[in-house]
Amino acid sequence: MRRIPLPVWLTSILLYVFLYAPIAVVIVYSFNNAKYGGPWRGFTLKWYANLLDHPDKIAAAWNTIELGVASTLVSTLLGTGLGYGLSRYRFPGKRVFAWLMYIPVVIPDIVMAIAMLMFYALVREALGILELGMLTMILAHVTFQIPFVAIVVRSRLVGMDPALEEAAHDLGASSLQTFRHVTLPLILPGVVAGGMLAFTLSLDDFVVSFFTTGPGASTLPILIYSSVKRGITPDINALSSLIVLASVVGTVAVAMLQRPQNAEGGTRT
Amino acid sequence: MTETAGERPATRRALADAPPAIEIESISRRFGDFTALDRISLSIRKGEFFALLGPSGCGKTTLLRIIGGLDLADEGVVRIGGADARTIPAHKRPVNTVFQSYALFPHMTVRDNVAFGLRMKRVPEPRVKDRVAGALDLVQIASFADRKPAQLSGGQKQRVALARALVNEPQVLLLDEPLGALDLKLRKELQVELLSLQRRLGITFVFVTHDQEEALVMSDRIAVMRAGRIEQMGEVHSLYERPRNRFVGQFLGSVNLLEGKVERRAPNEFLAATALGPLRAELRPGDPEPGGAVTLAIRPEKVRIVTDGGPGENRIPAQVEQVIYIGSESHYYARAGEQLFIVYAMNARATTRELQVGERVALELPAGSLIVLED
Amino acid sequence: MTGPRLRPRATEIQFGEHLTRLGNLVRSILTSGPAIAWVTVFLLVPLLGIVLFSVLTRGPYGEVALPFTIENYLRLAGFGLFGFDPQYPVIILRSLLLAAGTTLVCVLAAFPLAFFIAGLPGRAKQIALTLVVIPFWTNLLIRTYAWQILFAPDAALTQAAVGLGLAEEGMPLYPSTLAVYVGMLCAYLPFLVLPLYTSVEKIDWTLAEAASDLGADGPRVFRHAILPQVMPGMVAGMILVFIPATGQFVIPDLLGGAKTVMLGNSIQQQFGASRDWPFGSAIALVAMGVVLIGLWLQTRYASQGDEEGPL
Repeated sequence: MRRIPLPVWLTSILLYVFLYAPIAVVIVYSFNNAKYGGPWRGFTLKWYANLLDHPDKIAAAWNTIELGVASTLVSTLLGTGLGYGLSRYRFPGKRVFAWLMYIPVVIPDIVMAIAMLMFYALVREALGILELGMLTMILAHVTFQIPFVAIVVRSRLVGMDPALEEAAHDLGASSLQTFRHVTLPLILPGVVAGGMLAFTLSLDDFVVSFFTTGPGASTLPILIYSSVKRGITPDINALSSLIVLASVVGTVAVAMLQRPQNAEGGTRT
Repeated sequence: MTETAGERPATRRALADAPPAIEIESISRRFGDFTALDRISLSIRKGEFFALLGPSGCGKTTLLRIIGGLDLADEGVVRIGGADARTIPAHKRPVNTVFQSYALFPHMTVRDNVAFGLRMKRVPEPRVKDRVAGALDLVQIASFADRKPAQLSGGQKQRVALARALVNEPQVLLLDEPLGALDLKLRKELQVELLSLQRRLGITFVFVTHDQEEALVMSDRIAVMRAGRIEQMGEVHSLYERPRNRFVGQFLGSVNLLEGKVERRAPNEFLAATALGPLRAELRPGDPEPGGAVTLAIRPEKVRIVTDGGPGENRIPAQVEQVIYIGSESHYYARAGEQLFIVYAMNARATTRELQVGERVALELPAGSLIVLED
Repeated sequence: MTGPRLRPRATEIQFGEHLTRLGNLVRSILTSGPAIAWVTVFLLVPLLGIVLFSVLTRGPYGEVALPFTIENYLRLAGFGLFGFDPQYPVIILRSLLLAAGTTLVCVLAAFPLAFFIAGLPGRAKQIALTLVVIPFWTNLLIRTYAWQILFAPDAALTQAAVGLGLAEEGMPLYPSTLAVYVGMLCAYLPFLVLPLYTSVEKIDWTLAEAASDLGADGPRVFRHAILPQVMPGMVAGMILVFIPATGQFVIPDLLGGAKTVMLGNSIQQQFGASRDWPFGSAIALVAMGVVLIGLWLQTRYASQGDEEGPL
């Protein structure tokens, strides 16, 4: 391709450094043998080892995973249905609803958080149930995950050759049979991708979780935030490094999973 | 639409008496402002090989899809085997389609693809195995039964699509330009195979194509379509020999066209004055009525080139402009006045002298071969 | 022969499926229904609640009470209980400015990156692209607090700033507007690089060559031959940055502090310590208003005309 001029090269490298600086610094400092942060005082792994001694951190980790898995399962199911239904069927007001479903994607997370908070407060007033805790967080996460799953599934559907479903019907399959034997297997990679996207969104979420959490239901982001507010300590760096590592591995894994998609076919010939 | 009466081969006469496989009454289909089909009516006989022929956009694929239940007509009736199919969804119709893109299920093997229809109808598995094996043998793909579509060539995919449709023993098989994506040699091979397959099975085939040669080779009857209407429908022979208008004449093969004015009119013939001299034309029953001004057409192979210099009916002096030698035939371009004629001549005898460029000849247009066109 | 004008029962056939109006409705309910119901109940209805609350008053014990009032909005416009109080108009302006500023800086930074990636050969291009995406997927909270470390008094960056006379010795570079901008750029740069890159990838360089053949110099070639071609991607990215940036809470909170209160922080305050839900709702609605305007602009300017919006 075209030769890249030197200033562009330089600026780009600088920008890459800039993008990775925070991640790098957290990882580096997680090995710093200094109790209150500050300058480098030698390499150590003790902060990582320490993590296991902190029940609150372990509990937060479990909570985060539990939240992620539970919300992903629900939102993948609902989101797939939404993606499929919107791309296939019509009903009065569909255009409006389709647009409305996009709101959780663009809404600032703080507005979403207070909306959920308000909802829970009202329900508690009226029905006395839904104390803030794990359940309220799960419900909130599902709400912002659904449209993302729907978008991924829908784009996979759009790329699918419509003649395949026509052929299935032509050969004698009913709507349900067509979905089960032809459509679903072909959109499955999209469903899985959507699910992974939902899971990542849940793991990374701070604001919504912060406002909808309750006693004993702290997640890792909430824990990190509270700690940071009090002052950054090396064990938080250690914890954060692990989380960053998990994200990187996860992203790369998903990227690799996406690639052999075309060999399987199912996209327009 | 006119059904041109022509000479019907004896073999087809028997089939014409059975109830029609497909009846289409006044079907219309619009997409917004665009009319894809405009009050189409036709009737397809049981066991025949019927072609829908026309240029892109003429509506032939739309009509096919409506028959198959993949599209809904805005008006009109479709009857399959006598039954009104309008409320019968695609998966319940005794009709199967071979798609232009084959539409093979990429996540299933060839065998599972072919077995699909039977399994959906809950045919017991042992029967499925038998019938699938039969279908695979029929199209000779048994050796790749366990491959996936991505591993097959175009021709192989086409056969799988055929087997997948035929295994269900449909009343009618619909084929949407199935040979379009294949190279010439393969296409010709498969044309012959499809034809013999149809003869063997006796299933009604409805075939969509834009290739007129293909339609001529394989079909019993053709409907030539343009812009949502049927220009002419009938036996292959009559369509070729007696096209109704310029479009059909030029779509199926080539024609030489002549304008003229009718001077004298008798019951079975008339005399037309043309720029190249007077021409006598014979009329057959079913031919259009020649008005004052008339357009005449003649097929290139019907024009006789005469070198004896003598007089004769319907002879026009001409000069050879170009000679194209194709081995078994020679194609001549001869100019008579303002008009350039195309003439096909068989090189039937080894001693036939080939004409030279610039040679002066006479073109004889036999009165019985002059076709009266409607426009 | 029956009349050819009888209407058949199905109203349409989609992908081979016979669908009546009722059939469409039933299938819609079964597939999209649960998701739509969920989002409506958990989000849309509460949003309406926010609208409602924004015109109510804060009761003496921090609860929500009648009467209806537009006091909250007046306060946001600057007309507080005790005369003109610019506090909130300033916050709104500051948030909009921050979002606009972030967008501008991101655009300036995204251009070299996008061209750089587009200019790389095959595999390197994929890797470079993935490298941009990876930080995007790591936790924003972690990436943001990391800047506190990078801006600590004894950190290299801070020392450099001191050397340049931009900061005092011994003081960290945060909380400050600069720190917030840095944090925002770091967070939102990938959002802009990706769409811009898609446009840059598709650039028809022959237009630029033609322009320079005709005698145009560098900047003019860029302005007339290149810029129009990357507009769609650039605008898409700008909206993708501007909308979430207005309501950003975490970054101003960790890197900004009391001097740089934004819409996001204010909302958090009113729903947290200050317990003035009606007022907080009004602020939230202002933030939403900006979002909706941005969305409307996006659907108008969308590079891919999808009739139902992104979904």
